[in-house]
Amino acid sequence: MQFRRFLFSALAALIAVGGAAFAQQAQQTGAKVAVTQAWARATPGKSTIGAAYATVTASAGDRLIAVATPVAGAAQLHQHTMDNGVMKMRQVDAVPLPAGQAVTLSPGGYHIMLVDLKAPLVAGQSFPLTLTFEKAGTVETNVTVGGVGASGPAGAADHMNMDHMDMGAMAGHKG
Amino acid sequence: MSRAKNFQIGGLVVLAGLLLAGILLAGGVAWEKWHDGAPTAKIGGPFELVDARNGKTVTDQDYKGKWLLIYFGYTHCPDACPTALNDLSLALDKLGDRRRDMAPLFITIDPERDTADVMKDYAASFAPDIVGLTGSTEQIAKAEKEFRVYAAKHPTKDGGYDMDHSSIIYVMDPSGRFVTNFTHETDPDQMAAKLMSLAS
Ligand SMILES: [Cu+2]
Repeated sequence: MQFRRFLFSALAALIAVGGAAFAQQAQQTGAKVAVTQAWARATPGKSTIGAAYATVTASAGDRLIAVATPVAGAAQLHQHTMDNGVMKMRQVDAVPLPAGQAVTLSPGGYHIMLVDLKAPLVAGQSFPLTLTFEKAGTVETNVTVGGVGASGPAGAADHMNMDHMDMGAMAGHKG
Repeated sequence: MSRAKNFQIGGLVVLAGLLLAGILLAGGVAWEKWHDGAPTAKIGGPFELVDARNGKTVTDQDYKGKWLLIYFGYTHCPDACPTALNDLSLALDKLGDRRRDMAPLFITIDPERDTADVMKDYAASFAPDIVGLTGSTEQIAKAEKEFRVYAAKHPTKDGGYDMDHSSIIYVMDPSGRFVTNFTHETDPDQMAAKLMSLAS
């Protein structure tokens, strides 16, 4: 009786260990990528260009190589650099994603440039975005539009992402 | 007088002359250095541009008596320009009554695409009192030069172009003299605090 119980426990432990090892194996070869907190800025005035941002984590390391969305004529990967007070924006071939490291596309760094927007991006709306990775293939996400000068995804700790009207109301706007 | 004495006096005069020249030269260099170091002599100057709201010509003289907050940028800029203009609008929101003393200007460095029609709604999207200014290529080039703004076209793969440009907010006092500037590292709270201390 005792022995049978021991045998069962040992078997269960073996299955658990084996399962974990198998899961790890799958993770290494499966090249999983997680895309979270995708957001964009509302477009000011009649502007037909925009920027979208997101946080991307590739568990096994990967490269973001292309982006597409039905709301714009073209979507490109861009990088911003500040060189001695001079702002430069350059199209890049890929955004490197080191294994297991969350890479956040954000103002002042990488952004997804939206060119020839078919309609203005309005705060509160959302739109689909397809990200293509070298190993993981494509991942679909939904982009939430924030204010014209939003600095992060809605619901972030700071209230910088609220649109101007909200801020104005809070600060006793005097226009 | 002996010839020797004459020679001695002559020598003294030459020496005194040399000394004076030296003092003047040193003073002149120091003066020039001091002047170079003082940014008031370098940033800003007369400009003639077009108010995007009504297409009317405006000059620096129209803003005398107001604190000028000037940002040079362009509307095909999705990242740096909205960030700067949003920071500026958040700072303006913190000024209370002093906001009336400010004239925030968004001057385009891309007059080719940033016509008055494009500029007016763009600037107002950030704050109702931010005024968009455009102008002819010559007018814009002159303003850039006065404010020592760097702006250059960078061709893109799709045949278009982006602009490399200085991303700075200049603060000019009510007499039109440069006082200070803000960069992308200055947050709205710091901007507001500085403007409050200057304008009060
Ligand atoms: Cu871009």
